[in-house]
Amino acid sequence: MPEIRNMTMNFGPQHPAAHGVLRLVLELDGEVIERADPHIGLLHRGTEKLAESKPYNQSIGYMDRLDYVSMMCNEHAYVMAIEKLMGITPPIRAQYIRVMFDEITRILNHLMWLGTHALDIGAMTMFLYCFREREDLMDCYEAVSGTRMHATYLRPGGVYRDLPDTMPQYEVSKWHNEKEIKNMNKERQGSLLDFIEAFTDKFPGCVDEYETLLTDNRIWKQRTVDIGVVSPERALQLGFTGPMLRGSGIEWDLRKKQTYDIYDRVDFDIPVGTNGDCYDRYLVRVEEMRQSNRIIKQCVDWLRQNPGPVILDDHKFTPPKREEMKGDMESLIHHFKLFTEGYCVPEGEVYSAVEHPKGEFGIYLISDGANKPYRVKIRAAGFAHLSAMDEMVRGHMLADVVTVIGTQDIVFGEIDR
Amino acid sequence: MTSSVERLTTSLSQRFGDALTDAHVACGQAVIELKPNQLLAVCQSLKDEETYSFEQLIDLCGVDYSTYGKADWETQSTSDTGFSRGVSEDIFDDEAEARPHFAVVYHLLSIKHNHRLRVRCMIDETPAKIESVVNIWASANWYEREAFDLFGILFEGHPDLRRILTDYGFIGHPFRKDFPLEGNVEVRYDPEQKRVVYQPVTITNRVLVPRVIRDDTRYEEVKGEE
Repeated sequence: MPEIRNMTMNFGPQHPAAHGVLRLVLELDGEVIERADPHIGLLHRGTEKLAESKPYNQSIGYMDRLDYVSMMCNEHAYVMAIEKLMGITPPIRAQYIRVMFDEITRILNHLMWLGTHALDIGAMTMFLYCFREREDLMDCYEAVSGTRMHATYLRPGGVYRDLPDTMPQYEVSKWHNEKEIKNMNKERQGSLLDFIEAFTDKFPGCVDEYETLLTDNRIWKQRTVDIGVVSPERALQLGFTGPMLRGSGIEWDLRKKQTYDIYDRVDFDIPVGTNGDCYDRYLVRVEEMRQSNRIIKQCVDWLRQNPGPVILDDHKFTPPKREEMKGDMESLIHHFKLFTEGYCVPEGEVYSAVEHPKGEFGIYLISDGANKPYRVKIRAAGFAHLSAMDEMVRGHMLADVVTVIGTQDIVFGEIDR
Repeated sequence: MTSSVERLTTSLSQRFGDALTDAHVACGQAVIELKPNQLLAVCQSLKDEETYSFEQLIDLCGVDYSTYGKADWETQSTSDTGFSRGVSEDIFDDEAEARPHFAVVYHLLSIKHNHRLRVRCMIDETPAKIESVVNIWASANWYEREAFDLFGILFEGHPDLRRILTDYGFIGHPFRKDFPLEGNVEVRYDPEQKRVVYQPVTITNRVLVPRVIRDDTRYEEVKGEE
């Protein structure tokens, strides 16, 4: 009789389905998971410590690099924390722009999630479809901030600049002739808002395409239904937030319950699951994309009709205009002080949370009155989700680990910080 | 919203009385400070009692208060040290070493009542030690490992207190204020030994912007509201 022992297996950190640098030590009995021990920290950059050594505004860019598929939502939590401490409120137009880009970001994130999650469990086409639409949203990012991903667009007191009137155009190259380029630039003739509106018109059709491929797909259902079931009680215990919590049937969304910026002025619904399995979480996220699309539409309508300032005109914490600086001594002084020293934030502490695509993303900020934060703690949704990995995969087959990693929507930028 | 926060704070200070050292509202958020020996009892009631029902531990983090309120550059009185001379090499005085300077901060959320609470627990022991809340909220598991890893705070009763974010075999607790920003060691590939080796850091940290604290009268209003 040969001795039968459990096998310990290393999953990652270089496994494509590990969504980054997850090292998972799995204890297997045959193909059944007995225990999973995630080792994280391979992407730890000490963002919180770095933020303590820099003036407030210089850390906005670090926030993009936390969860690097939902950049502006991270920034949003951070600038909101500073605003709360300073007691300032950004202009209403800036709030609309923020919300619009939060929702664009949510679609970006969910598309990335859907594409890779489906790819991991065997649906190649989804990946191509999702990344096709992502490209348009990346262009919105680029038009407004100059970069496709790490925008650094939000500022305490508003956003860096107003929405542009023109979209960047494709140019003729040896791969695309004039006719093709004309077609590609068709939707880019107007302003950014026109481009976004065109996107919101076509996007529900795209979601229908995704759903046609997956929702009733036999293989998709076999891979996701009843996998990684989490009861509502356990979901609360384990600190789940966002779609992970809603998938378990708890109707909780910070955008509605603890509303911020202008989320109370837009109309949208919160989708909720019933079984708490991977399939329900999939349905929740797909519906969230549709709801985000609705919000974006409403924001576009409002932004068209209501021009106005997008950043507060208080030069103690927002830089003066370039032209003013050339002729006005006061502006020059403000500019110099802001960029050499930054602004001091009054002593105090604050926790500000946003409904990030992955769950609750919070910034706990302690200020001792200096121009640099005393302590920044980043509450990443994925951290709590990944800590429940062991519980979620226990008793499942090895192949289901990939499904569970996918359903948790893991991104290491925010978990390791 | 604000009034409900105030009501919560009052109710908490009445209910837990002696166990609290402070209860106030900061930026529209309820904050209580606890004595470390009362932590478990209070947390259990916060979770179980109907009036509070904080089902979720949203966040748990360590804070190192040792350099709180210290700036690199004197701004109040005139000094003969400009910035380049004024960057202090060593802002840690012995006095600060002696007094307790670690705290653990818990952020709680009640989905039922839709309210939040921040609980702070100053630790006066050396080495810093506090009881684990992992049996009350399961999500504390990794958060406590993180606080242990980054600050060296020990959580008694934690089932698996290992390092979590730093490298295997890492020495020190990087988020303490006396840990240098650039770290202590760096790694490189050594072609002779044909493996990756650790060596002392070769970079130095340049402080481009000094840490300054300025009093600003415009914020008196904000502070007054608290």
